[in-house]
Amino acid sequence: MAERTKIPVATDEFTGPMISIRDLRVSYSGGREILHGISFDVQRGETLVILGGSGSGKSTLLRTLVGLERPTSGEVWIRGKNFVAISDAERDEIRTHLGMSFQGGALFGSMTVGENVALPLVEHTKLEPSTVEIMVRLKLDQVGLSGFEDFLPSQLSGGMKKRAAVARALAMDPEILFFDEPSAGLDPIIAAGIDQLILELKKAFHMTIIVVTHELASAYLIADRMVLINKGDLIAMGTVQEMQNSKHPKVRQFLDRVPEPAVAQELDYLQMLTEPASKQGEGRQGKSR
Amino acid sequence: MEIAQKVGASVLDGISYVGSLTTLSVRAAYFTFIAPFQGRPGRIQRSISQAMEAGVRALPILSLITFFIGLILALQAAYELRRFGAMGFVASAVALSMTRELGPLITAVIVIGRSGSAFAAEIGTMKVTEEIDALETMAIDPVGFLVAPKFVAMIIMVPCLTIWANFMGILGGALFGVLKADFTFQRYITASLEALFLRDVFTGLIKSFMFGITITAVGCQEGFNTGGGAEQVGRSTTKAVVVSIFLVILVDLIFTMLFFVLAD
Repeated sequence: MAERTKIPVATDEFTGPMISIRDLRVSYSGGREILHGISFDVQRGETLVILGGSGSGKSTLLRTLVGLERPTSGEVWIRGKNFVAISDAERDEIRTHLGMSFQGGALFGSMTVGENVALPLVEHTKLEPSTVEIMVRLKLDQVGLSGFEDFLPSQLSGGMKKRAAVARALAMDPEILFFDEPSAGLDPIIAAGIDQLILELKKAFHMTIIVVTHELASAYLIADRMVLINKGDLIAMGTVQEMQNSKHPKVRQFLDRVPEPAVAQELDYLQMLTEPASKQGEGRQGKSR
Repeated sequence: MEIAQKVGASVLDGISYVGSLTTLSVRAAYFTFIAPFQGRPGRIQRSISQAMEAGVRALPILSLITFFIGLILALQAAYELRRFGAMGFVASAVALSMTRELGPLITAVIVIGRSGSAFAAEIGTMKVTEEIDALETMAIDPVGFLVAPKFVAMIIMVPCLTIWANFMGILGGALFGVLKADFTFQRYITASLEALFLRDVFTGLIKSFMFGITITAVGCQEGFNTGGGAEQVGRSTTKAVVVSIFLVILVDLIFTMLFFVLAD
């Protein structure tokens, strides 16, 4: 098991891609494959936005990147280490370099905002309580929540909860920051504030940032590059400009917000979701007869 | 054939469930007894607050219920004993049934209702709101962080509560003894103590220790098994209570048989 780790300081010792995934396949129990072989690299300091509709597999992709889902095959390299093949202790060590902001914030309801932000520091460092307190104040200040240390998460608004969650993700000075639907459920003004926060973090700390979203306006603003995931496949990847100029029908459909042409496709998709992979072929044959 | 298959499948499910409870208990034991010596933070504060919640706050209701149980036992025993003019044995009947069986069992049932269900609901809600995922991404083991303090609290508090339950049961019996069976309070307590061997109390405590482990393991396991949505949390909580009661009775049976064989 891992020794308590020191606070990781953003270093330039690793120069390769911060994240590199190769032919990533993820299936849920029952055999349904969610991601069908995805590959891409993310460079240090880059902001990558993962776009995709509901049920496209983009959240599963994010969960796999932080090690919450195990791929059925393929590789996930984080900071030069194969996240899938290493031991639990090594994975935990890498995780202290990662920060994740969950869709609903995922703050611990029984702890104050300050205790939430302090938790990673208390767990992974041997810092004095007074130092932890200062660091908590600093992190909350960074996200514009100074003075809210003693509030319970239930006393915060949706946007403040997200900011507090970002402060907790920042506690260990991560090199890579993951956001799951940062503007979901927020009004446009608060959502714009979160976008601004992401841009500031990128500018100030040269962080590598991965954002999963389906909000186009937000994606255009914060992305260096975007990938579009559709039904578990990577359809397109490129800069904002390249994506906007893309002629790929799925990219056009997503960016121009065109509804699906036929209900039949939805039914097909529903069938794919509800039947295990092995039975899908049989089911379709049965119908055509 | 189909019935045999179903029975077989249920037995296998049961075995794998008990296996998962054992794994959870062993991991909690690791985080309690070994990990603190490897430089990982011990969570004494969390254990104390769990012990307060599961133990100390259960005292009023536990006292009341076990007092009544003692009284009921005395009444039931006296019902038969008075036919033989043996009312003097009420004290020993109550003392033995409380310490050997009902003290640990009633305590377990109350702890299941108060704490086992709460563990399932707490961890289940955390699962639904992605808090368990958040712990994992912060490289904090949910078993060490959430389950281990509950284990520590429960293996200490359930036997303590059982001792208190035994005492309150005997007190309940004493009320009947003094009012209806011509005992003085002093003589009732002396008669109770004389009827008890250390072994009776000790076997009851071993059982209650095992109940503590069982209730925690089931409550936490059901919490972790919770799917998505608030409805699932309700289901996990119900299941935790039902499964805990069943397993506590099963553990009770196994240990009572074991003590019976060993006493031969």
